[in-house]
Amino acid sequence: MNSRDHERIAKALIWTAALFVLAVLAFILIYILARGLPRLDWEFLTEIPRNMGRSGGVSSTIVGTLMVTSLAVAIAVPFGIGTAFYLAEYTRGGYITRIIRFCAESLAGIPSIVYGLFGFIFFVIFLGLGWSVISGALTLSVMILPTLIRTSEEAIRAVPNIYREVSYSLSATKWQTIIKVVFPSALPGIANGIILSVGRCIAETAAVILTAGSALRMPSSVFSPTRTMAVHFYILAMEGISMENAFGTAALLIILIFLINVVANTFVNRFVAKGVKR
Amino acid sequence: MKTFRENLSGYIFMLLALSSISALALITVFIIVQGAPLIADVGVIDFIFGMTWAPSQGEYGIFPMIIGSLSVTLGAVILGVPVGICCAIFLAEFAPVKLRNLFRPAIQLLAGIPSVVYGFWGLIFIVPFIRDYLGGPGLSILAASVILAIMILPTVISISEVSILALPRQYKEGALALGMTHWQTIFYVILPAAKSGIVAAIILGIGRAIGETMAVIMVVGNATAIPTSILDPVRTLTTNIGIEMGYASGEHRQALFATGIVLFIIIMVLNSLAQYITRKK
Repeated sequence: MNSRDHERIAKALIWTAALFVLAVLAFILIYILARGLPRLDWEFLTEIPRNMGRSGGVSSTIVGTLMVTSLAVAIAVPFGIGTAFYLAEYTRGGYITRIIRFCAESLAGIPSIVYGLFGFIFFVIFLGLGWSVISGALTLSVMILPTLIRTSEEAIRAVPNIYREVSYSLSATKWQTIIKVVFPSALPGIANGIILSVGRCIAETAAVILTAGSALRMPSSVFSPTRTMAVHFYILAMEGISMENAFGTAALLIILIFLINVVANTFVNRFVAKGVKR
Repeated sequence: MKTFRENLSGYIFMLLALSSISALALITVFIIVQGAPLIADVGVIDFIFGMTWAPSQGEYGIFPMIIGSLSVTLGAVILGVPVGICCAIFLAEFAPVKLRNLFRPAIQLLAGIPSVVYGFWGLIFIVPFIRDYLGGPGLSILAASVILAIMILPTVISISEVSILALPRQYKEGALALGMTHWQTIFYVILPAAKSGIVAAIILGIGRAIGETMAVIMVVGNATAIPTSILDPVRTLTTNIGIEMGYASGEHRQALFATGIVLFIIIMVLNSLAQYITRKK
């Protein structure tokens, strides 16, 4: 076998692997959407689950998901962006930077079930918040921190240094430069990170089921227990309560994640286009 | 006034950064405080190498779960890593622009889809398939490996691809100029040069596979016995916590936190290893 045969075989193999992955993804999506989409109608979205989710809709789980997610992101964003600015603008690659980065990357690798254990013992038990929207949100806010830090830091570092130099030459202070020059330029990249974090919150199950609980009632405040869509889907499927409603909820989740990715990508593309133009 | 505000803003950023990383310390402390007493009671050796998990009789041995975690992870690596590296090579070297623009968002979507959706798909498609065509209960190491292989793909692909794209162009140009074919260039120059990034990608993929919970619970069968074949059901460290946390209390709950400690240590070792490898170059 000569090198040309090698070339041909290797190329064929690589193409096969790539197309295979695309095919698997398409298959999973079609398999679930084909059975889930027909279930999605106005009533499914607006009615409270009845009879443990056997009938009725998923409205309370949509509200629960929105509450937990928005609260988690609201809590995590200041910390994430602040840490990113500190890493990118204030430290010079010293000892502290290394420690912060090590911690951030370690947080990124911790499994969600460990976040769940921590959230349960710290927020639910130790701080006495109980199974609640706020416990779930606080747990998720820790979980999404590394994503926020990494994407924001990358966005801040991508801002050309000349921007800062011009700002300083106009006798702007560091704070003014950060707020008025660097932050607006990095905003699309930061927004991309925030949107991806929203996606992670919506998709999370293990950490939420241990901290926000699995109550089907409509949450009345941030201290009520709730069940997010992902948890609801898990319980419907695992306990065999209603396959039809499980498919419907899964389809809803997939559509949401798809939309979130599309929005995130438009931010990235705008960011990249802007960078190229200048 | 101006300098005051300058100093203040610097301190605020530092404070935000320090509180972010204190999260890691909090997690470590709270999980260890909850779980360590039980490990001390049972004994480290008996806890880790104990063969029986029977909380109602006060027996806490997690060896079957460690074997379970290792076997599903190994399976996921065997199935997922070669495919993932091929995809990364494809994206970096072969893909026509149009296909690449379809592929990247697809991988992103793959990463974003909730793990429970994969578990569900495994439960209604992979598990019956294994039961009907290969035998056994279907809920098995193999089913979990297949699902995990799919789930680690985005990690393996994106990190490998980034490390291939980060190589200086001269490597490739030099190799091609020496008369190497495209494949020889990839195999003898690009892959060895990108080795550290690819190894880090594999390690992080392993971390994801060991840490995944909900998708695995749905397809792995959760039997606390040592498996004899890949068609046997097992229980992993994560699923042990995920299944029993809902109703555990007292000593039993401590034992689940102790399981969490073992998991936490494994993950921290893998993380540090990946960080060390990527930083070394």
